[in-house]
Amino acid sequence: MGFQDLRVFNPRPADHEKAAMSYHSFLLEPISCHAWNKDRTQIAMCPNNHEVHIYKKEGSNWNKIHVLKEHNGQVTGIDWAPESNRIVTCGTDRNAYVWTLKGDAWKPTLVILRINRAARCVKWSPKENKFAVGSGSRLISVCYFEQDNDWWVCKHIKKPIRSTILCLDWHPNNVLLAAGSCDFKCRIFSAYIKEVEEKPAPTAWGSKMPFGEVMFESTGTAGWVHGVCFSDSGNRVAWASHDSTVAVAEGGKTAVCASLTSETLPLLCVTFITENSLVAAGHDCYPVLFVYDSNKAALSFGGKLDVPKQSAQKGMTARERFQNLDKKATTDSKEAVLESLHKNSISQISILNGGKARCAKFCTTGMDGGMAIWDVKTLESAMKDLKIV
Amino acid sequence: MSKNTVSDRFRKVDVDEYDENKFVDEEEGGENQLGPDEAEVDSLIRQYPSLFTRQHDRAEGLVLKVLSSFKSTDIEKGVQSLDKNGVDLLMKYIYKGFEQPSENSSAVLLQWHEKALSAGGVGCIVRVLTARKTV
Repeated sequence: MGFQDLRVFNPRPADHEKAAMSYHSFLLEPISCHAWNKDRTQIAMCPNNHEVHIYKKEGSNWNKIHVLKEHNGQVTGIDWAPESNRIVTCGTDRNAYVWTLKGDAWKPTLVILRINRAARCVKWSPKENKFAVGSGSRLISVCYFEQDNDWWVCKHIKKPIRSTILCLDWHPNNVLLAAGSCDFKCRIFSAYIKEVEEKPAPTAWGSKMPFGEVMFESTGTAGWVHGVCFSDSGNRVAWASHDSTVAVAEGGKTAVCASLTSETLPLLCVTFITENSLVAAGHDCYPVLFVYDSNKAALSFGGKLDVPKQSAQKGMTARERFQNLDKKATTDSKEAVLESLHKNSISQISILNGGKARCAKFCTTGMDGGMAIWDVKTLESAMKDLKIV
Repeated sequence: MSKNTVSDRFRKVDVDEYDENKFVDEEEGGENQLGPDEAEVDSLIRQYPSLFTRQHDRAEGLVLKVLSSFKSTDIEKGVQSLDKNGVDLLMKYIYKGFEQPSENSSAVLLQWHEKALSAGGVGCIVRVLTARKTV
């Protein structure tokens, strides 16, 4: 199995020292999910099949160094624990595996999730002693390692979830878990496991956190919740819904959900890049910025983050004009070509540097099989009206 | 030597019922909580056919009348005067109107649709599709 033909190209002219974004086309198929290692030299991704491929950056090339084959169904979620260097994967085969690097190979350990539908998303907790898996069984499996039996066990959070869990994110206190579901709600649960941790201190979302307790449930947005994210402090949670809205809720301010109905197609993933700014991306194939004003409890659109290529404006012949008028009832031809970096929906976004408080670079992967890396500072200076607070 | 082989009652036991891993579909409980009880609503509609559906149809008819009465040039101003929620609501009525085309309704609605689209964007149409409350 030779190397794939990996093309690395920077279509945007480098007006600045660093390019605002760079794009690597890995595959022709969609990248189902991805995860980075601690120092961002390796990326693990699922190329829309049952395997996980790990690529390593060597110079300006991406070389495939590992292929992880164990799942019997598409791998729907990957997360790479930075400190303990373990990878957890989950798939439509209703299983999850924890992979540890032994010498030069990744060895899997099966985790019994006790679910009877596909697993959809997986996330390590901040302390990496637990991970949560969302599935179509309408429950969340919170898994932890039982030393005595040398075995991963899991506990289920079931009520009041009524449909598939699509996305998860952990609060920095290692106990609270935000979950977005197909029952149109974003909820924050307590995933406190007494076997592995102490009782947590009170947070903005509440002080009593027994396992499975619902600390927050969203109202006001309709549509499946595709992406959910806690801010760096954990006091705010943002989610993106299928009804083309983004919403932010702040703990402590009861029932205040600021939501923004956008003019774009639904967004699939969202992340905080500072305590007040969010970046989200989805079916429109470009990331957008949102700004949250805590005082007004309002969310506003900050701008499109894709610097468009200066496409040659060729004049239209009279014939073309009439054809457009006939076919599309308009002489406007700008919809014909997708000018964004990604040529298909962006399905996942991950922070590379700076964490969720001061993100300097983030990465997006999508259904076009490509991965783009965006530099926040350069984007900010490239776009006049963009201000990241 | 085996005894009591006459009785075959054990063959009538459904062992799958006792399987611990058997999937039990639990959705029934959840669904009932979401909307009004189907049977009740059904019987009520039968009793008072005019009440429920008529309201919605009357509202839609009214909206269609208003939309048709606008001059083509005024449509844009009309759309501008609406806030975001208003544009979403307008789009819902436009699509409802498309469902039951009458004489000239489609042409008028298409003009409104074009203006509403430029105001609300594609997201507005997505919200018509995903909204839980229909008009």
